[in-house]
Amino acid sequence: MKISMQINGQSHVVELTDEYTPLLWVIRDMLGLKGTKFGCGKAACGACTLHVDGEAVRSCSYPVKFADGKEITTIEGLGDATNPHPVQQAWIEEIVPQCGYCQPGFMMATAALLDKIPNPTDEEIDDNIINVCRCGTYYRMRKAIHLAAEKQSALKTTNEPTNS
Amino acid sequence: MADKESSGNKKVSRRKFLVRGGLGTVGVLAIGTYLFRNPIRRAILEKVNSMDIEYLGSTDNPMLWFELGPANEIILHSPKIEMGQGTFTGLAQMAADELDVPFQNIKVVHATTDTGNIDQFSTGGSTSISGLWQPLRELAATFREMMKLKGAEKLGVSVSDVTVADGRVSANGKSLFYSEIAEGVTSWTIPDAPVLKDINTYRYVGKPLPRVDLEDKVYGTPMFGLDAEMPDMVFGAVVRPSKIGAKYISATTDKAEKMPGVLKIVKEDDFVAVVAESYIEAENAKQAIEVVWETPDNLQQEEIVAMMTVGNGTSSIIQKQGDALEGDAVVQMEFRSPIGAHAQIEPNGVVASVVDDKATIMISTRVIGITRKEVASRLGWDEEQVNVVPTYLGGGFGRRLHTPHAVQAAVMSKAVGKPVKYIFSREEEFQHDMFRPPTHHILKGSLNEQGLLSGLEHHFVSGDVGNNSALIPNVLPTILGADVGAIRGAFIQYTAVPNHRSVYWHVDLPFATSWWRSLGLLANTFAIESFIDEMALKADKNPIEFRLAHIGDDEAGKRLKEVIRTAGEKSGYSEDVKDGKAMGFAASVDAGTPCAHVVEVSVEDNEIKVHKVTVVLDPGLAVNPDQVRAQCEGCVIMGMSAVLFEQMKVVDGSLTPTIYGPYEMALMKHAPKEIDVILLQGKDKPGPVGEPPLGPIGAAIANAVKRLTGKRLQSMPLKLT
Repeated sequence: MKISMQINGQSHVVELTDEYTPLLWVIRDMLGLKGTKFGCGKAACGACTLHVDGEAVRSCSYPVKFADGKEITTIEGLGDATNPHPVQQAWIEEIVPQCGYCQPGFMMATAALLDKIPNPTDEEIDDNIINVCRCGTYYRMRKAIHLAAEKQSALKTTNEPTNS
Repeated sequence: MADKESSGNKKVSRRKFLVRGGLGTVGVLAIGTYLFRNPIRRAILEKVNSMDIEYLGSTDNPMLWFELGPANEIILHSPKIEMGQGTFTGLAQMAADELDVPFQNIKVVHATTDTGNIDQFSTGGSTSISGLWQPLRELAATFREMMKLKGAEKLGVSVSDVTVADGRVSANGKSLFYSEIAEGVTSWTIPDAPVLKDINTYRYVGKPLPRVDLEDKVYGTPMFGLDAEMPDMVFGAVVRPSKIGAKYISATTDKAEKMPGVLKIVKEDDFVAVVAESYIEAENAKQAIEVVWETPDNLQQEEIVAMMTVGNGTSSIIQKQGDALEGDAVVQMEFRSPIGAHAQIEPNGVVASVVDDKATIMISTRVIGITRKEVASRLGWDEEQVNVVPTYLGGGFGRRLHTPHAVQAAVMSKAVGKPVKYIFSREEEFQHDMFRPPTHHILKGSLNEQGLLSGLEHHFVSGDVGNNSALIPNVLPTILGADVGAIRGAFIQYTAVPNHRSVYWHVDLPFATSWWRSLGLLANTFAIESFIDEMALKADKNPIEFRLAHIGDDEAGKRLKEVIRTAGEKSGYSEDVKDGKAMGFAASVDAGTPCAHVVEVSVEDNEIKVHKVTVVLDPGLAVNPDQVRAQCEGCVIMGMSAVLFEQMKVVDGSLTPTIYGPYEMALMKHAPKEIDVILLQGKDKPGPVGEPPLGPIGAAIANAVKRLTGKRLQSMPLKLT
């Protein structure tokens, strides 16, 4: 079957026989976007987290058929060196990554969290950021999440239209 | 003009030193002789004796270290693998200072077996920065001096008249960039003994610079083993048994052969595999292969626990002073640690291309030389026909020190005539890990009339750590009959206790166990430092003062005492329970690096919660203090994960669980809100950093729980119910 998706703002049509192929492998192997990682294949670690219509989704367990007609954002589409997302800026300022493998998943989960809860408390972070990091970068991540929230709200304040 | 040959410099031909075009201009090859200074055996003995670690790598070939590009950028070919520990950044800082080039001009890449300077041993043992401290700086200084000599010649002045700074050589108001100096040069003069700069003049070493791989890791740049691709690549999957000790006998593959996308079934004497067009097709077809395994009787966890008991197997005394403890007054306690999985997030994976008479292996590996040797051996080829291209690792932690999957991928690639990518499933990663061995410890102690220790003994049993690993047969014998890994952290650091000893027991386990970050340190320190706390309580003494009273006054003892004192002061250690929180203290020395942890712990609904950890570490000179801190923070959290949550169990002959979640690990909600890292500098060169801070965490938490609840937890993972 044919699946049409917007990925990072670009239209893609992929054709494949098994519509239950996880979205992760379509993104990584058919479309060549390697920023989304394979960790467990069972939605247990979160390394494969990306956004489907703005929602954080663990793509290793998300059949591609459900992505038909949807808008998908991966770490490559979140931001880049010339136009980094506030979450990425915060991750750089706090020097969060060690091995780095799980980090795209965490950044995608964080970006989705901040869209829903712009200024999360520690408890809200604990409840919502449930990916696994083996290097143990949680301590810096928490600082980066708070910093990203600050950056994002500052950005929104600047961009809001004024009444004058 | 002085004769260079007679003034300590030697001329070397272009052929020997300029091996590679680099980015359009010259490449410069430096010699490897610096790395032969210390025999490996001595280095290992030193390691075990907690002395400084020297560089363990060696190679008979000349090695490409630096490549110079047209924009004056320098590519540093690292013999060490970057797995998150920050080695690339530290090496770049060391190189930039001695090369005299701006830090941002240095780009670090992994050396491949074709470029030559791979580490024939491994990346591990917390030795990357400490081991390369001297050789890398000497090589960089050699490079700088070569530029200086040639630069002076090109500027038409004497060497004593030039200055070197920011990647250029200057004299009389004129200057040449290194890249300009190298242009058209066919013969270089190599100084025999380059003089290193004064450490105090370094611009980059000692500074908390951002990681060189930071942006790539934040923007999702492909860099890991699983991101590797080759043109025309297909996917392989190997059928692996779920039972311990299962041996492959035969396979029925009719059904799998007809599955969509399947290209070939590969049947070998020791394994069966399928190659398909896509990853999912290979995985699906793998499920359809029916394998006959020869399986031993189903093992159960109780059998493993019974096996791992002090007194079983073979023993050797690894430390002894004075007499053995005897009599009714001797206090005795036992401790246990479970089987631990590595659980690194990037599963093992490889892309192998075995086409015509050349093999290329792109892989997350820490044993590049061994990977090459094993692939060549299976193919019946010369090692020179196999190029191993290492990638960034999605976590090491002791995994990736053996890579039999590279051999399997090579066999599959040869069978289909195309590059084959092969990735472990998570289930396979858990079932076929080479685990941290379970341990059992018996501690004995006695107090004198002053309430000080008159005797202290550590008797412990472990499975293999270093023994039977891919590294050992080639390089390391056992030390004093003991496994070099299992005995890390097993020594009594309280050498002022008149009678002390450590006795190692070894049991062969029915499944593979191996290196796990910090090796024996985590479990051994948990046992010893919990017991010390117990003895301090019995003696009714402050646990910090109690420890200080039993440490010797040699150099190592002084550094340990300073770490312990500082941790007590900076954390405001107190034995009182305040606001439902208690503090716990523990200290360890690993590979010459002393470390102390003070934790603040509460118990809520029988769950142990760690609020704050103070870490004091004396790594010597911290090349990049921010990355040393990052290692401390990571060790605290990884250690907490192992100490509070993790355990593999043998159930009906299988190692379980096989997925995150059921294999419980520390998550964001468990991480302490405060980690205060204090770095001391007890010597003027870098010491090991990546593992030593894992030592004290287990005992520190258990000691806090004891003070809070009165319960002495003696088994990891620590549970109150």
